[in-house]
Amino acid sequence: MSKAFSVQQDLKPEDFLPATEEEKEYMVQMRPSSTFFKDGVKRLLKNRVATVSMIVILLITLAAIFVPMFWPYSYEQMLGSVPGKPMDASYQNLKPFEYSRTEQKKIDAGEHVTPHVFGTDSAGRDYFIRIIYGTRISLAVGFFASIIVLIIGMTIGSIAGYCGGKVDLVIMRIVDIIYSLPDMLMVILLSSVLKMTLADKLDGTVLARIGSNIISLFIVFGLLYWVSMSRLIRGQILSLREQEYVLAAEATGAKGRWIILKHLIPNCFSVIIISTALQIPSAIFTESYLSFLGLGVNAPMPSLGSLASDALNGISSYTYRLVIPAIVISLIVLSLNLFGDGLRDAFDPKLNA
Amino acid sequence: MNTKTLMYIVKRLILAAVTVWVVITVTFFVMHAVPGGPFIGEKAVTETVRKAMEAKYGLDKPLMTQYFTYLGDVITRFDFGPSLKSRGRQVIDIIADGMKTSVKLGLIAAFIALIVGIVLGSVAALRRNRIIDRVIMVITTAFVSMPSFIMGSLLLALFAVKLKILPANGAAQGGLILPIITLSLYPMAYITRLTRSSMLDVLGQDYIRTAKAKGVSRMRIIFGHALKNSLIPVITYFGPMLAYIVTGSLVVEQIFAVPGIGRAFVNSITGRDYPLIMGTTIVLAILIVVMNLIGDILYKVADPRITLE
Repeated sequence: MSKAFSVQQDLKPEDFLPATEEEKEYMVQMRPSSTFFKDGVKRLLKNRVATVSMIVILLITLAAIFVPMFWPYSYEQMLGSVPGKPMDASYQNLKPFEYSRTEQKKIDAGEHVTPHVFGTDSAGRDYFIRIIYGTRISLAVGFFASIIVLIIGMTIGSIAGYCGGKVDLVIMRIVDIIYSLPDMLMVILLSSVLKMTLADKLDGTVLARIGSNIISLFIVFGLLYWVSMSRLIRGQILSLREQEYVLAAEATGAKGRWIILKHLIPNCFSVIIISTALQIPSAIFTESYLSFLGLGVNAPMPSLGSLASDALNGISSYTYRLVIPAIVISLIVLSLNLFGDGLRDAFDPKLNA
Repeated sequence: MNTKTLMYIVKRLILAAVTVWVVITVTFFVMHAVPGGPFIGEKAVTETVRKAMEAKYGLDKPLMTQYFTYLGDVITRFDFGPSLKSRGRQVIDIIADGMKTSVKLGLIAAFIALIVGIVLGSVAALRRNRIIDRVIMVITTAFVSMPSFIMGSLLLALFAVKLKILPANGAAQGGLILPIITLSLYPMAYITRLTRSSMLDVLGQDYIRTAKAKGVSRMRIIFGHALKNSLIPVITYFGPMLAYIVTGSLVVEQIFAVPGIGRAFVNSITGRDYPLIMGTTIVLAILIVVMNLIGDILYKVADPRITLE
């Protein structure tokens, strides 16, 4: 047999010596290893539209949280009415950066008066702080409603997906029916009724501070909007359930709860985050729509929808009172949508429809 | 039509029927769970008067009897009983009255949205990444993020209050122009984006390349091959579009004082006119469910390759 065809290698004793430092250096990977999450963040930051939207959302959120802390006016304070004195009408309907008579005197005397950046409304309330407060409420409602949807949808979806069989069949038929209900009509109907039912029951409890309308909004969201989330999660879990690592976990005696929580849910994470991010603007949309119809937040609490609806009464002389909440709400919804799209592109290219 | 398609249609029909039943049932029980009943909150009525009124409207019978009577009346005769606030008028007459205006409003808005949306979407796709495409995409993105009540209020402020070129009152001559524009902008923007992306998808297909290679003219490729197939996804939007127009009309009719069913609905809620609330909810819900059904079936028939679960 000639040497050329031999599969045997010529091994010398030197080949078994430990590697030198130089050789080790050669083997080291130059690029630091990256996780799925890091990769996604990198892709997200490269997306200019998504980054700008994220900054806009952050700025709006920070303003909504911190401005009320140091702003001298509050959203419900009628500046003209001081207990024991007659109503000072010169505070009402101020144009932006105008001052009432009392304030003008103070300024003439050299005192500092915080300007009414957006003027005041017909009850003499500072409009700027009402906008900030309305933004805060719209954002909070959107955020918490999405969390409620997430929790309910995730629980039901993962149970349906993991159990399969009859449980899955029954849950999915219920999902089908709720999904085909006209959501907005049901939301209006339920929230208008819940609002009346809850009003007396909440009196005196902590929840009364949030207001019966917002509570009923959360309940309605919890009842109706979990279906698309649970469909999504169920689909994911159905495919993940067949993976070998689930079999391995089952073989080592893991129970259903453990497998769902430790193995399946973490692997659906990108889907969960993305759809929650896209749920928030739709919740804000719904809240402002209901507030516009007078079914949202309880007065005197402002929301962007109720501010816009109030502004319709004085639309010919005070158009800016409509335009400001309109711009804020469109900006919030737009940037949340664009950011959600960016998240989807960055973390789950397959979802991109 | 094969058996699979037929099975699908039957399944969708059953689901639609169940949905309508759920809507009627939920509406009925939710309305009867309101504390105090419908006669509380009006001027104080004596016990005997209240009893007499309850007997007249059948409210003294057991709840389940009331439910089955109501269900029977709605299904067999579309009878929602008399309105509580508009004396002597039947709910169904009020709904029919409002429908005349609302259907006109909604159909014109849907028609405009479809035509303009498809044209703009095709133009954007054919001029991909050019300036006109960018402009169309920016504008439609903005429109999609604007709630209908914001759009309506801003249009009202601009055209009726500042420029004074269109009437603000929906009942006036030409008063439906602004509400129609308001309602059509969102679906138009959505259809534009839908058409653009599906047109781009179709233009990348092999058969378009084959047609080009054969020397088929650009116009024939667009109108003969690309447009037809790229419109299939638009069909799926029929149902959601109608749902949007129906819910949008609730606020739009309020803003522009259009005497339609949307305004009747909102007024019935603020006025606590229970039979009218139930009647309008059920009628609008049936409308949306039926349109969704038609949209889904059309989609399935238009492209049998699509497998729907």
